[in-house]
Amino acid sequence: MRVIYILWLRELKKYLRSRTQIVASLGSPIMYLGVLGFGLGPVFQRAGEGSYLQFMAPGVIGMTVLFSSMFSGIALLWDRQFGFLKETLVAPVPRLWIMTGRTLGGATVATIQGLLIFVVSLVAGFRPTSFLALPIAMLVMVLTAVVFAALGTAIGSTLKDMQGFQLVMNFMVMPIFFLSGALYPLANLPKALTLLTRVDPLTYGVDGVRGALIGVTHFGVTTDLAALAGVAVVLLAFGAWRFSKIEI
Amino acid sequence: MIKVQNLVKRFGELTAVDDVSFEVKRGEVFAFLGPNGAGKTTTIKMLTTLLRPTSGVVELDGLDPVARRDEVRKRFGVVFQDPSLDQDLTAWENMEIHGVLYGVPRKERREKAEELLKLFELWERRDALVKTFSGGMRRRLEIARGLLHTPKVLFLDEPTLGLDPQSRNQMWTHVKKLNESDGVTVFLTTHYMDEAERVADRISVIDHGRIVATGSPAELKEQTNTDSLEGAFLALTGTTIRDETAGSADQMRQMARMWRGSGR
Repeated sequence: MRVIYILWLRELKKYLRSRTQIVASLGSPIMYLGVLGFGLGPVFQRAGEGSYLQFMAPGVIGMTVLFSSMFSGIALLWDRQFGFLKETLVAPVPRLWIMTGRTLGGATVATIQGLLIFVVSLVAGFRPTSFLALPIAMLVMVLTAVVFAALGTAIGSTLKDMQGFQLVMNFMVMPIFFLSGALYPLANLPKALTLLTRVDPLTYGVDGVRGALIGVTHFGVTTDLAALAGVAVVLLAFGAWRFSKIEI
Repeated sequence: MIKVQNLVKRFGELTAVDDVSFEVKRGEVFAFLGPNGAGKTTTIKMLTTLLRPTSGVVELDGLDPVARRDEVRKRFGVVFQDPSLDQDLTAWENMEIHGVLYGVPRKERREKAEELLKLFELWERRDALVKTFSGGMRRRLEIARGLLHTPKVLFLDEPTLGLDPQSRNQMWTHVKKLNESDGVTVFLTTHYMDEAERVADRISVIDHGRIVATGSPAELKEQTNTDSLEGAFLALTGTTIRDETAGSADQMRQMARMWRGSGR
């Protein structure tokens, strides 16, 4: 337990110390909120769907959680060849504990980032229908963060060098984001797109946050939570397995 | 303390370590010398439970690193060729994490960390981030950290690479002092022959995965009819330069240097 805790704390400390990184990582969500939120607003309104900012703010929160947790996992790669990873892997503790501490730390950081964007979206004009549902929204965010931190760890354990990073960005992180329904409603999509959105875990994360904050949901918050929890268990096991295979 | 018999490690076609045998006595400073790619790091990785031997016997304090991994891990401290500190944490935090990972009780952990940081002249800088440290300070911190759980053996894999003579000198003075006061066994590799001559009680020279000579510095010089260890080393291993292909590790190292400015 102490091992998991100290590695979790490490992630948190590193995050709180990297002020520039915090600001930088909030840049693109703010841009999405500002530019798309207001830019596409009139079109969305005319289509009879109400306020686009209201609709997409949960999506942008989901996106922030996705990016932040995936990066924390992939940062493993950075630690790997010249960093701290060796120190932890040669210690007399099971690798599962190390992986758990890291992953939970990354997930915590991602949740904090998501909450920051939630506050930013409030400033931009986002109005949740109920603040009472905030704990539920947070729970969805935590689960989403665990899902992608575990996936990031699995990828970080598998890649050999930074070249693979671009690949993961373009063929994994971006598709996960665009297929999640963060930017558009899930109803009445072409069949192929419907299928793809259903297998994207972020879909349930975004839908859950949306359901909790503005009461608009496609699957229902309970289904979202169940789907996320299921995927989290599978990906944690997968990440732990990949992590146990690291050779240094 | 360390016993290696007929140790072999193959990576596919390549035999990195080929039938190596040697012994390191308790309290000894033992140097493992060899050109690039000779098999030094591979051997250290097998001794430190990071790689499984293809065949042969390895014992550390009488224990098999494969079968009794965690017990073996508690018995050694290691400083890798590449730095393994967390640069975004302070010296003290790096020590703390290490102590927790090795299950050192809190009180003992704090006392020992203070003692070691003072010994390695880092106590005043304990709350500074490691990224503000010089190369020599980082190396000293890594050694101090490796000693926090009171290991019986300390492995040092090219610990002085890239350090200036002052830092190298200071580092070895500390290591030697610890070896004499606490009796910790030291297993080191280096490319600097003067260092090996100065600190090592015994030396093994390894080349192409095989041990070509073992003995005290004086014995090696005598054996090869040379008047310096450098001469003896060249006589034993020849003068051809070993070209290693740059693997992904080297590329990452280069990238790290680029990103972090000075590197190590």
